Amino acid sequence: MRVAVRGVSVWGPGLSGWAQAAPVLRGEAPWVAAPVQPPPPASLPANERRRAGAVTRLALALAEDACTQAGFAPAEVRGVFASSNGDGAVLDDILRALTTPGGDVSPTRFHNSVHNTAAGYWTIGHASLAPAVALGCFDWSFGQGLLKAAAECVVEDAPVLLVAYDLPIPGPIGTARVTRDAFGCALMLVPCGTPGAGAMLDLSYKTGPIGPAEAGEQLGSILIDNNPAASSLPLMAAIARHGTGARSPVRIPCLPGHLTIEVT
Amino acid sequence: MKPLLITSGTVVSAAGRGLAETADALRARRSGLAPCDFAGIAVGFAGVVRGVQAHRIGGSDPRFDCRNNRLADMALTTDGFDEAVAQARAFYGPERIAVVLGTSTSGILSAEDAYARADPATGALPPSFDQARTHDLFSLPRFVAARLALDGPLLSVSNACASSSRAFVDARHWLETGLCDAVVVGGADSLCRMTLRGFDSLGLVAPDRARPCDAGRRGISVGEGAGFMLLEREGARPGARTMARWLGYGVSSDGHHMSTPDPEARGAIRAMLEALRHAGLDPSEIDYVNLHGTGTIANDAMEDLAVHAVFGDAVPCASTKGWTGHTLGASGIVEALFSVLMMRDGFLAGCLGVEIVDPMFRSHVLTGNRAATPRAIMSNAFGFGGTNCSLVFGAA
Repeated sequence: MRVAVRGVSVWGPGLSGWAQAAPVLRGEAPWVAAPVQPPPPASLPANERRRAGAVTRLALALAEDACTQAGFAPAEVRGVFASSNGDGAVLDDILRALTTPGGDVSPTRFHNSVHNTAAGYWTIGHASLAPAVALGCFDWSFGQGLLKAAAECVVEDAPVLLVAYDLPIPGPIGTARVTRDAFGCALMLVPCGTPGAGAMLDLSYKTGPIGPAEAGEQLGSILIDNNPAASSLPLMAAIARHGTGARSPVRIPCLPGHLTIEVT
Repeated sequence: MKPLLITSGTVVSAAGRGLAETADALRARRSGLAPCDFAGIAVGFAGVVRGVQAHRIGGSDPRFDCRNNRLADMALTTDGFDEAVAQARAFYGPERIAVVLGTSTSGILSAEDAYARADPATGALPPSFDQARTHDLFSLPRFVAARLALDGPLLSVSNACASSSRAFVDARHWLETGLCDAVVVGGADSLCRMTLRGFDSLGLVAPDRARPCDAGRRGISVGEGAGFMLLEREGARPGARTMARWLGYGVSSDGHHMSTPDPEARGAIRAMLEALRHAGLDPSEIDYVNLHGTGTIANDAMEDLAVHAVFGDAVPCASTKGWTGHTLGASGIVEALFSVLMMRDGFLAGCLGVEIVDPMFRSHVLTGNRAATPRAIMSNAFGFGGTNCSLVFGAA
């Protein structure tokens, strides 16, 4: 299937939004280690901003960056939010609370424990009635999310905002599910023929697994197996190089097979 | 949309294991709710599925063993669902059948147990805890695909209590693009400490049985359930039987609050109107609305407003959560199958346990069962985060 990209964002170690990250991904600017500190979400009122956790702030920064580039009002865009871990800090907090005498759980923590928390805050922040789905597909969250977002864009013939993001999980559960770096990316996908679109993605799902190593991309100390969303790096780099004449198909794991993506 | 065929289906909840037991409980108006004592937590009533704890999962990989996958496995091996999928697999090929499932908490009970058994000195979790194959959301479709020997693309949808409803929409997107020829759609959510304690902390668990739409309703009863359907294109596989048709869907957000529904019900109204438009039906062509109807003051009032805005008082509506409790992310698929049973067997299930319908309600709330021949039923699901999904099903 074919979709076009009209906005893109990435936040990760040494990658701070698309404007800064694109030349780094093209190899025109050096990668310099830097902590992942996305701006506070401007869209959320102060009380909601206090309740929203770090993973929601990351997701909203990505979503807003991609929307701004696309020139779309966020309230009009369908969302696909893909994350393996959701809000791991909330999860660890609740799992600890359940082992205490009485086992009382904080009500705010509980409603923030749903996997669609970031999607919820995104739609609340923009008073959006547009649908948003939350996917949780472990190490394959980016690949499954991209396949889902592209299909939705084609079938609904409408823009779809894909946001993939994960943070390291604190506490004991973070030793069972290890995520080493903070990383996230966003793609505003639009139907082919939409004015103002940049790169085209020609996307196929193929049977047969590929390992993360086969995807081959590494940037500075960011390894794509340090964070589920970082399996997007080869695609992000290809989109950053769009228009420079460099072309090669990108492969991304998508259980139980993989995606091949031509960026033109 | 072009209707998709439901060629097989199965359901497990506190109301019963399998379609026959479930239909029997619905017709006899027999609730599956009982005082909650799950994991030593006495919070109101709960819809516990009998035999989950003792059930042993099939398949070749015991690492997927957890309460949620046991519940899913019970459903897969009921109503001949696994055999029906095997026939479709033989026709289409295993790589052409996708698995798109909804769950809100997957096997989190395993993580809770691991924390309870953590090393008191180091805090280390027991090495036997397999987070990826139990607690993780993707555990469910990976287990189900392995169990059914399917090799198509997998998806876990986790939109809180709308998870397995929303999974239908995501399944259709994959089917329509030609990525697959059939989809195993549905989901499972199982009892755990987090949801019992969490809903209790919000003051949303009723001390008595959940009584959706009653003037004196006091909240939800937490339940568990699993269900699956096989979706295929019309005319694609000779000999496939048609159990029912899936006609349309509407999805929306409230954009209002994380855990309180929009009192103006704008998102819910939008989802229902879009579902009608997709199905190509007028409101008068819907014979019954299966309400989300959790039994909380706010949800039921919001939903009454929404149903009345779309249907007036012309279409009978009711919630079946008095039978099952709120099965959370599984409620969409559980109630989709209840809707199919009502069309198959010719009846409408009225709310259970209602003494007086909330006098503020203006929609047509059924409080007893009624013989009927419903041809089209709308089923609603709403969730935390302000996520809404309405599905329309049609008779075979």
